[in-house]
Amino acid sequence: MTTIDTNAASAPASATATASAGARISSAADWLTTTDHKRIGRLFIAVSLVALLGVLVIAALLGIERIDAGASMLDVNAMPQLFSLYRIGLTFIVVVPLLLGIAIAVVPLQLGARSLTFPRLAAAGFWTWFVGAVLLVVSIAANGGPGGGNGKFVGLFLVAHIVLLLGLSAGAGSVATTVLTTRAPGMNMRRVPVFAWSALVGALGLLLVLPAVIGALVFTYIDYRYGRAGFGGNRGIDDWIGFGFSQPATFVYAVPVFGFTAEVIAVASGRKLPMRGVIFSGVALLGISAALGGVLQQPAVISRNISHVALGAWLSDVVPYAFFNLLPILGGFIVISLGALAMRGGRPRITAPLVFGLLGALMVFVGVVANAVYLIGDAQVTGTVFEEGVWLYVVYGAVLSALGAVTYWGPKLWGRSIPDKMALPLAALGFIATVLASLPYLIAGFAKQPANASEFDYAGPQNLWNGLSAAGHILMFVTVIAFIGLATRSFTDGPPAGDDPWDGQTLEWATSSPAPIANFADVHSVASAEPLLDLKPRRDR
Amino acid sequence: MLALPSAAAPAPRRQLFVGTALGCVAAASLIGAMLALWMRFRTAALDVSGGRWLPKGIKVPLVPANTMLLAFVLVGIFAQWTVYAARRDARSHAALGLTLVAVIGVAIVNAQAFIYARMKLPIGGKGATAYNTMFYAITGSFVLLLIIGIGFSAVTAFRYMGGRTTDREIVAAHALYWYFLGAMFFVLWLVVYVTK
Repeated sequence: MTTIDTNAASAPASATATASAGARISSAADWLTTTDHKRIGRLFIAVSLVALLGVLVIAALLGIERIDAGASMLDVNAMPQLFSLYRIGLTFIVVVPLLLGIAIAVVPLQLGARSLTFPRLAAAGFWTWFVGAVLLVVSIAANGGPGGGNGKFVGLFLVAHIVLLLGLSAGAGSVATTVLTTRAPGMNMRRVPVFAWSALVGALGLLLVLPAVIGALVFTYIDYRYGRAGFGGNRGIDDWIGFGFSQPATFVYAVPVFGFTAEVIAVASGRKLPMRGVIFSGVALLGISAALGGVLQQPAVISRNISHVALGAWLSDVVPYAFFNLLPILGGFIVISLGALAMRGGRPRITAPLVFGLLGALMVFVGVVANAVYLIGDAQVTGTVFEEGVWLYVVYGAVLSALGAVTYWGPKLWGRSIPDKMALPLAALGFIATVLASLPYLIAGFAKQPANASEFDYAGPQNLWNGLSAAGHILMFVTVIAFIGLATRSFTDGPPAGDDPWDGQTLEWATSSPAPIANFADVHSVASAEPLLDLKPRRDR
Repeated sequence: MLALPSAAAPAPRRQLFVGTALGCVAAASLIGAMLALWMRFRTAALDVSGGRWLPKGIKVPLVPANTMLLAFVLVGIFAQWTVYAARRDARSHAALGLTLVAVIGVAIVNAQAFIYARMKLPIGGKGATAYNTMFYAITGSFVLLLIIGIGFSAVTAFRYMGGRTTDREIVAAHALYWYFLGAMFFVLWLVVYVTK
């Protein structure tokens, strides 16, 4: 008899439990150390979607706080911190990593590549961004951040922000290098899928804009930590780094929205995109002009009438204004109008990704147009919530489009599909939420409701505009939580998706669903921009 | 599944070189933005009647700054020599070139430390101005890029001396990074040290 008398019945169970625990640890270690681009992309997507819920709660609270300007639900002293968390959170903890994550997961598949270029850099980028995001939230919770009273945590906020942006820059560098260097044989830059092209333009824009924000943050941190001589201490932080989460920098972050929309339009219509070169130019025009506007920070506000000033002075106002604010409109218009042309020529299937993508791109485009109005001095909306309305159009539009992208490429990343019938109402709900959250601020801006303030007094139905906007935020929260629930259920328990469930045109649909570790069993050679479409029988085009 | 024509795996398309170039673009944006803010503060300080930008009693030592600039010319020459030698499989020459680049890089960092010591510019406390913190922030950021460059030289040298002599792309990428650092320092030298 042994000293340890194992119960025969329980032995297999405990062994199974040990094996199961071991498998769980091994799986967690796999995820922590992964260099598979699909997993890195999924990590970005999952974390930023969860973060979106938290930021939407803050957005809703700030919206409710502004319904009755006299009553205070939140601590007045905490308002600058909450506004900062809302802006930085939605921009750098949600929109940028969400779209970047989709690009990291999908772009190598679209290019016919076996992996992402510099996958360890992208993985390091994710963890750097994640740690930075956690530290940033902690610093604000501990009374740091803009206007914060705890000096150490104000400093931590600035460092965390630098860390967060470094992580995003690393991911962007990896995506851009992949598109430039790792394409299938025969795939020259003119044959690159539109989404991959927009990911390249967006990544290059990020590599221009984010380091500029980091530069401002380094100055602000050193000044805050040692001298407090030139940057306004804790109250001045937003003045120096605010350009990173304002227009036109946010247009750069939303560039992949247009690429996704153009791509999903072509797939839904079952035909090639007309004038691909012009669409590429439109995406580039939007990205480049917005990135330069974000970096150069031209005070491009036009206010003078040509009849009152010399032509030279008028032109010195109008030229930068047109370059940084009208060219993005032209770029967005080109993509949307050519997309509409493609749909008009075919019989597009109304799918959830198409509706998400179209509505998302439309919202971003409205934001781009509204920003041009914001900068017209005679409109007298500078310094009002009009800017917040513009920003909300852009970021919520980008979120809508990202949800569409998750629906579209979900089969390739998880092997299962989100049912179209259940996702379509969420697209409509998200659209209503975006308009409700944004449009009232444009109207309240004309009534001179100040930006980032919870106490104000102006002639007009303040309660109505702010109440509608708060309802929009709440509706967006409902949309996102319903989408997360639907996606989680569909991607874990849903029916397996086929290899090509959307009748796709690009290389990612030429591999199995979910895509294997090295993406493709063979290296494919392509002879056109739509290699799969060429092999399929013609639909009614 | 549709059958697309298969092909041989394509040759790598200079991934490291392109990645380094993109890194240089990002670093140029960082230093460029910092210099733009520096000039904005400088202009604002000088626009005030009787205003001054350089704090009273502070002298910017130009000799070590000029030496740094000249050192970057040397770095450029040695980095290109390394590329030239690597193309011709001259292993000893390439290794010597890489070592010289790294050593001069360390010397440049040392020169920057010497400037800090000579200037005795207080970073904080009484009498600290925006100039003080901005000077340390901008030159400190550049020193960080220099340290990355020295690390790059070390990695390239170890790989090359370890026998991976066919990996010439890393040598070219290494040279590109140091040319970029030289160009950046020229602008920094002009704005921070000469124009003051």
